[in-house]
Amino acid sequence: MKTVNQKAWFFVLPVLLLVAFNALIPMMTVVNYSVQETFGDNLFFWEGLGWFEQILRSERFHAALGRQFLFTGLILLIEVPLGIIIALSMPKKGFWVPVCLVLMALPMLIPWNVVGAMWNIFTLPDIGLLGYFMNHTLGIDYDMTQNPLAAWITIITMDVWHWTSLVVLLCYAGLVSIPDAYYQAARIDGASNWAVFRYIQLPKMKQVLTIAILLRFMDSFNIYTEPFVLTGGGPGNSTTLLSIDLVKIALGQFDLGPAAAMSLIYFAITLLVSWVFYTLMTKDDT
Amino acid sequence: MAKITLSKLRHSYLPNPSGPDDYALKEIDLDWDDGGAYALLGPSGCGKSTLLNIISGLLVPSEGRILFNDADVTDLATDKRNIAQVFQFPVIYDTMTVYDNLAFPLRNRGRDEALVKERVTAIAEMLDVTSMLNVRAANLSPDNKQKISMGRGLVRQDVNVVMFDEPLTVIDPHLKWKLRSKLKELHQRIKATMIYVTHDQTEALTFADQVVVMDLGMVVQIGTPQELFERPAHTFVGHFIGSPGMNILPCDVRDGAAFFQGANVPLEGNIVKPATGRTEIGVRPEFVTLGTSGMQGVVRKSADIGRYGVVEAMVGDTRVAAIVEGGVPEQGETVHLNFKPEQTRLYADGWLATEARG
Repeated sequence: MKTVNQKAWFFVLPVLLLVAFNALIPMMTVVNYSVQETFGDNLFFWEGLGWFEQILRSERFHAALGRQFLFTGLILLIEVPLGIIIALSMPKKGFWVPVCLVLMALPMLIPWNVVGAMWNIFTLPDIGLLGYFMNHTLGIDYDMTQNPLAAWITIITMDVWHWTSLVVLLCYAGLVSIPDAYYQAARIDGASNWAVFRYIQLPKMKQVLTIAILLRFMDSFNIYTEPFVLTGGGPGNSTTLLSIDLVKIALGQFDLGPAAAMSLIYFAITLLVSWVFYTLMTKDDT
Repeated sequence: MAKITLSKLRHSYLPNPSGPDDYALKEIDLDWDDGGAYALLGPSGCGKSTLLNIISGLLVPSEGRILFNDADVTDLATDKRNIAQVFQFPVIYDTMTVYDNLAFPLRNRGRDEALVKERVTAIAEMLDVTSMLNVRAANLSPDNKQKISMGRGLVRQDVNVVMFDEPLTVIDPHLKWKLRSKLKELHQRIKATMIYVTHDQTEALTFADQVVVMDLGMVVQIGTPQELFERPAHTFVGHFIGSPGMNILPCDVRDGAAFFQGANVPLEGNIVKPATGRTEIGVRPEFVTLGTSGMQGVVRKSADIGRYGVVEAMVGDTRVAAIVEGGVPEQGETVHLNFKPEQTRLYADGWLATEARG
């Protein structure tokens, strides 16, 4: 006979309160805004699902969403393979291990707005190191305040610089946990380097890689500070990603209703993609 | 399949070894006959895994040569040596099915699928894993995973040697026995040279025709399980094999006779080596009997473990173990111990110093 002790609930209470105040209640206010219209003076009118319909039909939203998927897709396509390659080429033991780890961790330690500012100055055509070199030494017209392609190349390079390390470190952790016997057995079995990667290293990295992709997806899908400081969403709207657009609507135009509806849709997309991805990646696990 | 010769093999993990203590392996000369079942037995850290890795080519020895069928392979890479090895922990390719796991070593060598199928089917049947062939290997239990590891070692017909590095470490005790007899059976069917590394005497003695006992980087004795049990060449072997191990009793040697606690102890035969340094009498507990006369001792501990009893008696300040049939005496009782002379040997500085009487 098991005795049930209901007192245990009291221990959960602090966490419940914490989560309520930092997540649930703010989110409910957003839900509240998303179904109402206001003309100021703290007067609200019921709007139903109108804002959701408006956002979902809005070409501006579609364009920002498209840019967002393009951005996230591109950085994942670059950072994941690059991260794996770097992790594979890092030393497994000896003096260089800590050196490599520290070097890898450095970009991640820099605050996001500083990263944006750094890259902004770095790429200025007349005084930035890269900008000057491109324009005046190589003679390539490179100005991300004028040219959308240059702006895209810059924000993607910046993100790769800032976050590839995360993929590297997670993959590296997966790699060093593989016992030597696996490599020895593979050599005895006559496996090629590709077979070792395909059948030993990749499967052993699968779990950390899932986490790495998930984190990179969520972070890049919600990215705000770096592109905002770097390009401010321009030139034109060319680098206006979802979060930049959302802030423009919410704080620039002060359209609380549509902004709240957009936040919730935005949140739902992030959640849905993450969930589908995670479920697919872990469905074979036992 | 091949005869393996180790010639003047030495290995040190240090870049500039100076004394003998710097060597993990100290001068090893060994011949393993084609098709034999060998065990490499010794405590952890005795150098047996080093020796194994040198044979498989995962490690290049500091000195000496390795020959397969008289051809020098010392500088050959692992995959060129055509050997198979089963590791302590099962190594399986998680994402593949059992079939693909077993086929992997053959496919990597470009064998055609018909042959792969024939070999995999045959090996799977020998290991009783036919019903699992289409299961993903990641979902198997540890003992089945280890069976698959073994299967990958046995699937190639032309391997020079199959080596097992403590393969039963992670296996449950009741399955150990099954796998051990399976291995013995496989050896009889496949007739490949097999080397089995272990620190477990039962595993070594059941598997091997010849057991190589190692300690401190040296080969101490090579022999059949019976030879190791009956005539240990070194006190280490006597102590390491058997349960409880051989009684090693400090003694004095005068006029060609041995004296333990002042009493003359008859030996198996003449002392053939100068009995200098540390001299000890070695007698297995199986050959110590309790009687009404003989050396006097006080029982310190006794245990009845079913078919026989183990008695530990103190003779002076030395402990002597005896295995007795029937009832065991109580603690504190005085007993009289007798050593069977033809099984009582003298060891000088650890090494056997008497010869068996013709």
